Amino acid sequence: MTLRLAIASLFARALTVGMTILAIALSVALFLGVEKVRTGAKASFADTISGTDLIVGARSGSVQLLLYSVFRIGNATNNVTWESYQDIAARPDVDWIVPISLGDSHRQFRVMGTTQAFFEHYKYRQGRSLGVADGVIMDDLFDTVIGADVAATLGYSVDDPIIVAHGLASFTEHKDQPFRVSGILEKTGTPVDRTVIVSMEAIEAIHVDWQSGAQIPGQSTPVDVIRGMDLTPKAVTAALVGVESPLQTFALQRAINQYPEEPLLAILPGVALQELWGIVGIAETALLAVSAMVVVTALIGMMATIFSSLNERRREMAIFRAMGARPATILGMLVLEAMVMAAAGAMLGLALLYIGLIIAQPIVDSAFGLWLPIDAPTLREAWVILGVICAGAIVSLVPALRAYRMSVADGMIVKT
Amino acid sequence: MTPAVLTLSDVGYRWPRRGSFALTVPDFAILEGESVLLLGESGAGKSTLLSLICGTILPDRGSISIAGTELTALSGGKRDRFRAEQIGVIFQQFNLLPFGTVADNILLPLRFAPQRRKRAGNAVAQATDLCAALGLPPDVGRNKANALSVGQQQRVAVARALIGQPPLIIADEPTSALDAGSQAAFLDLLFAQTDAHQTSLLMVSHDARLGDRFDRVIRMEDIAQIERAAA
Repeated sequence: MTLRLAIASLFARALTVGMTILAIALSVALFLGVEKVRTGAKASFADTISGTDLIVGARSGSVQLLLYSVFRIGNATNNVTWESYQDIAARPDVDWIVPISLGDSHRQFRVMGTTQAFFEHYKYRQGRSLGVADGVIMDDLFDTVIGADVAATLGYSVDDPIIVAHGLASFTEHKDQPFRVSGILEKTGTPVDRTVIVSMEAIEAIHVDWQSGAQIPGQSTPVDVIRGMDLTPKAVTAALVGVESPLQTFALQRAINQYPEEPLLAILPGVALQELWGIVGIAETALLAVSAMVVVTALIGMMATIFSSLNERRREMAIFRAMGARPATILGMLVLEAMVMAAAGAMLGLALLYIGLIIAQPIVDSAFGLWLPIDAPTLREAWVILGVICAGAIVSLVPALRAYRMSVADGMIVKT
Repeated sequence: MTPAVLTLSDVGYRWPRRGSFALTVPDFAILEGESVLLLGESGAGKSTLLSLICGTILPDRGSISIAGTELTALSGGKRDRFRAEQIGVIFQQFNLLPFGTVADNILLPLRFAPQRRKRAGNAVAQATDLCAALGLPPDVGRNKANALSVGQQQRVAVARALIGQPPLIIADEPTSALDAGSQAAFLDLLFAQTDAHQTSLLMVSHDARLGDRFDRVIRMEDIAQIERAAA
């Protein structure tokens, strides 16, 4: 009966109570949503590259190597010579190796030279392969495959011409060797979306007339002559390596790190991703803290609502007192009422979260490549809801204690 | 001689933080089944006296005894429980929880008084009977309290005070919100019930015209002294 009366009392103040519950619901939905995005982002981040056992590059730091080879952020301090690359490729414990050559750009996007093997071995989101949304994988020297973001941002479709610029943010363009878009990749949510992919040979081809980073004045080798030349790369920026057996990973890593001819670095992508997440993860924690503050704000709003209702409910409390309710019972009723509001808010918030997820899941996936799984509520979410209810009870103690004092002072007689 | 249901002797109370106001009641008693009208102007200490009898405030000295129990010997929580068990209270107006049903309101004191609940037996049936006896429409129990007229609300308050037969009913100007015709009808119903259950009634009013219906009419100044220090 107590709970039923509390609910009836809440219904009698439906508008203010409804607003309070809505505020709590939105804050809880926000908090759980941030939590979902956070875990989704973390999972997506960790899934940026999978299936690759080692990434090899010139010796620098592991995060730096990961950043430029996978995320196309920053630059390599040095290249790996073609000879070293061949040496590693020839090792018996290497199952496959994919070279990557970076350094040029198209508009704001990086150009990456690689081989057909890249499309075969690059995996993301638990072993998914790259798929072609439109066109085919390049097979001509001057063909290019572009990521989904590149196509969307620049409005490219298959067969459009592309001119690659030398270096990054550069005005010098490889005008004499235009490329053709042969294929557009599906959205992956990885840096591949923002990459223009060409063959290793193409990288050599566009630099035929270049020396030490500048075009040789007046020299322009015709395209058909270039096609006849030996376009074996002289160096690669990095290489993705798969091992024959996972047991050999560490031995191969050690061997590459101790390679005598050249200072090289081999990293485990998973470990480096963890390291990198440790850096960007601070922002994620801050986001969670902010959304927790929103929940606290909503609960304080509830506290204010209860406070402002106390005066108009003096009569109600006097009736309870006259009927034999103790001041502690009045306190308990207000706390119970707050818990009902917090529980209703939290449940509604959970419902809003799922409605939001159902609507947003395909949009977020295609726009940001972020996959937000829709699962049954986890224990973690149950704890959040329980936490909100408990916090609601604690917060409501402030007005409830005031009501307690009021009902002791008023007794059953209220001067009106 | 009929035993007293309420006895106050040598009671003194001084309002905290309002040191200028003190109430003393040397001797006052209500017998079992007796109806008493207590007349007094506003400010004559009626509210304080009712609070003392109901045990929401404790006297500084003296003894208050209801149905043989010394109120001043009980703790605050016990006094609240005791009030629920022994006293039915009717206010001037706004007696009911507006969001509750009529049945919720009538059964409300039984929540805090297990013995009174036991006395009531089938509480819902008794509530229905009381409603019928008080001339309330059938099935009124399911209505929201705030859907009733003021006169009907006062009658629901009477039903609530009577349920479980507490020995003492305290009514604080229960008719002042009613017009003259309704007042008479209300008092008829109230007295029919208190007579039927041999319940004592203490009604406070400033309206002396009601006096002839009561066993005894007492003026506030006859039983109590108010002390006001020069402010």
